[in-house]
Order: sequence, then structure tokens, then C-alpha cells
Amino acid sequence: MLKILKYSFYDLMRSRWSYVYFAFYLLLGIVLLFLNNDLSKAVITLMNVIIVLVPLIGTIFGVMYYYNSKEFTELLLAQPLKRSSIFLGQYLGVAISLSMSLILGLGLPFIFYGLFMSSAIWDFSLLLITGTFLTFIFTALAFNIALSNENKIKGFGYAILLWLFLAIIYDGIFLMSLIMFEDYPLDKLSLIGTMLNPIDLSRTLILLKLDISALLGYTGAVFKQFFGTNFGLVVSIGMLAVWVILPVFRIVFKAKKKDF
Amino acid sequence: MVSIQNLHKKFGKNQVLAGLDLEIKEGGIFAVLGPNGSGKTTLIKCLLGMVIPNKGNITVLGNNVKSGSEYRYKIDYLPQIANFPSNLKVKELIKMIKDLRGNTTKDQELIDLFKLEPFLDKKLGNLSGGTKQKVNLVLTFMFDSPLVILDEPTSGLDPISLLRLKKLIQTEKANGKTILITSHIMSFVEEISDEIVFLLEGKIYFKGTINELKTKTNQPDFEHAIASILTDNHA
Repeated sequence: MLKILKYSFYDLMRSRWSYVYFAFYLLLGIVLLFLNNDLSKAVITLMNVIIVLVPLIGTIFGVMYYYNSKEFTELLLAQPLKRSSIFLGQYLGVAISLSMSLILGLGLPFIFYGLFMSSAIWDFSLLLITGTFLTFIFTALAFNIALSNENKIKGFGYAILLWLFLAIIYDGIFLMSLIMFEDYPLDKLSLIGTMLNPIDLSRTLILLKLDISALLGYTGAVFKQFFGTNFGLVVSIGMLAVWVILPVFRIVFKAKKKDF
Repeated sequence: MVSIQNLHKKFGKNQVLAGLDLEIKEGGIFAVLGPNGSGKTTLIKCLLGMVIPNKGNITVLGNNVKSGSEYRYKIDYLPQIANFPSNLKVKELIKMIKDLRGNTTKDQELIDLFKLEPFLDKKLGNLSGGTKQKVNLVLTFMFDSPLVILDEPTSGLDPISLLRLKKLIQTEKANGKTILITSHIMSFVEEISDEIVFLLEGKIYFKGTINELKTKTNQPDFEHAIASILTDNHA
């Protein structure tokens, strides 16, 4: 698996898109720091961007890589390699190279701005950790979609729909259900609702850490009340890990049964 | 060498292999023939574990295909369409496959044989179909495996390379290897194969030597013998 990972990783590192992605974050980091002139404020703005953008890039890159490397995959399948190691290697190659672009692209400007001497370092690290989690989650989901759809256009369509659903539509439905049932106790529902969407979960997680959960309104208050900040952090990260593990299991399962 | 029992494979509603049984003994060149869509490539992909059969049992050199991937160390496979990652260089691809599968020194010999030296630093996406096929051949023959599977090995090759390929196949046979070939070029098959396996509607229609086929169909030459099978069966 490590060899496949190595080749997928090098392949991506040489492709133009990794650099574009890296340069985008570099630019975003620099611009935000200049506009805000304050590390903690930049972290909050950055969160709003990352929460939406990282899943989108992860999804599109994952689907694109899978379809583009079909030939490479077929070449590998005839070699004495396990199917699970081929697909896990490719998945990790994509997820790790995307995460690296994110971490380096955002990390460099913040470090030069004096991150290590600032109190925002923990908030910023948490931001990068959730960003990495989201990359891993959405790349895995993208691989799932691509494995189940032979048709490229369909695969892309489903991937974009998935992102749209989790990033935007889900929140809308969630909010509407909260308004519709406002006469009932909704603490548990909102808690579960947040847990079931990795994007919402990441947002809650960062806001809890930034200690501005009042901004979040209902969900944040519930989270704070139920878990207290530290316990909430552990549970949320655990839940994000589950969001990585389940799709990865399905990749292995699906890859074992597929015809090439 | 290879033993297949009651192999079934369906793609959607399309029944490609319907209870195929096949025994291939060690040594010699076997040609798998059949009309388009008769399941030749599916059969080969089942052997390699790339396509997972609905039913049936396959053993290659005593190893059940389902039991793991290790048995593929004993198979060299030439895919039908030479699709390679287009942004890799020829040299890098060869190095990569060697890294994945184990070292070999035979690659240089094969590069010389097919005169690939000037293309080593070119990207695979920029190569012509025939040159890609030559790279494909190098990748296939550079490991000394007892079973060699060639899916349409002649496609895109110029006459000289074709001659070299035939010689190469004969050398491999002389080394005691078992070689499985599919091809639509009847003269190539007639010249090279010891025994043919004819697939029709997902089953083995005929297995034997070319002479046996000629007697069976009452035709004077190989090409007409094949044609007569196809017209008799309305395929």
C-alpha cells in the first residue's frame, strides 16, 4: 500500500492542480491577515471559507483523480497487489497531498505573521486539524461515489450534489425543522442533527474552541451545556473520525466486489 | 497449469460466460479465439482476478484465484488496450512496475529488442499506439513468469516488431512457459499456436489442434474452418 501511496502522491505533487490549490491558500492566508490585521479574527474568517471550500475541493479532486487514474488502476490490478491496498493507497495519496497543500498554504503566511508568539495558535491548529479531517472525509466520499458510478458525468454530478447537500441544503432543512417544531424540546434533535453532518460538526467544533459559541445560537448553547468545551471537543473529533472510517470501509468493501 | 470449472459471469443482463470449463496443461502456446463479445477478454480478466465471476472455480498453478493476490507473481499479462498514466515517462513506468513487482534485468534486453531506447525519456501520453504497445510488451515480458497471457498482442505493431514478437514468443515457449493468446489475426494464430480454444456464447465450442479443427469442419484451411463455425452457429 505504501508504494501505491508513494506513486499517487508523487503523481499529484507533480500535477499543476496541487500547486494551484496551494497558491490559493497561500494567497487567501496573506490577504486575510492584511485585511484583518489580527490573527484571531483572521482565523474566524478563514473558518468560514475552509468549512465550505475544503469539502468542495476534496470532493472534486477525489472524483477527478479516480476517473483520471483508471488506466493506472487497471495496470496495478494485474500486478500481484491486493485490491484494498491499491485503492487505499490512491485514496491516501489524494487526501494527504490535498491536506499538505492546505496546511502549508495556510500555515506559511500565519507563521511569518508571528503565529507561534500568538495565543491564536491553538485555534489555528484546530482549524487545520478540522480542515484535514474534512479533506479526508470528502475525498473518501468522493471515492465512494466514483467507485459506484462507471459514468464520469454521473459521478461528478452526484459528487457535487453531495457537497451541495451537506454544505447548504442540510442546514436549510435543519433550520426549517427547528422553526417548525419550536414548541418542542429540540436539544437532542439539534445535537444529533449537527453530529450527522461533518461540515456542521466542524463548524461547531471550531466555534466552541473559539469560545464565541453565543454567535452560533442554539446548537452551540446545547453543545456547551451538554458536553462542556473539552468533552465536546473529544466527542466531535471522535465523530469526525467515524466520518472518515465508515466511507473508507466502504471503499475497501466496494473495491473487492468491482469488475474492471 | 490453469483449471476452470463451471465459470459464469453476467454483466447486467448480458450473460458473457455461461458455465465454461477449461483445462490448460503446462507448456505450449494456446490461442483463445471467438467472435467479438464471446467473452475472451472476460475469461482472461477472470483469470487475473480483475473480473469477479458470479459462479465457478478457477485455479492457477494450484492457487485458487479468490484466495489472494500472490498467485499473480506467476502471471505476466499484456492488456488489450495499452492505457498508461499519460504523464509518466516510459523509463519511470518501467521503474515503477519493477519497484512494485520485484527487480529484473531483462528489461534492458527487451528495450534493445524493440528499439525503445529513444523513447525512454518521452511521456507515455505522447507515444504512438504502436510504441505504446511495445512498452506494453516490455512490461509484460520483463518478468520471468511461468504463465504469460497476451490479449491482442499484435495490435498496432509494424511488420518488423511483429516478427520480433513472434520470435520472442517462440523463445518463451522453448523456455517451457505456458502462453495464452487472444487474437483476431488468423494467420498469426495459425503460425504460432499449438492448440486453440474456441469460445462461442460463453462456452468452449472447440478445443484442440488446428488440424483437428480442419477435420472437424471439413475445411481445407484454418480461416475457412473458423468461418464455417461462425456461419453454422449464426454468430
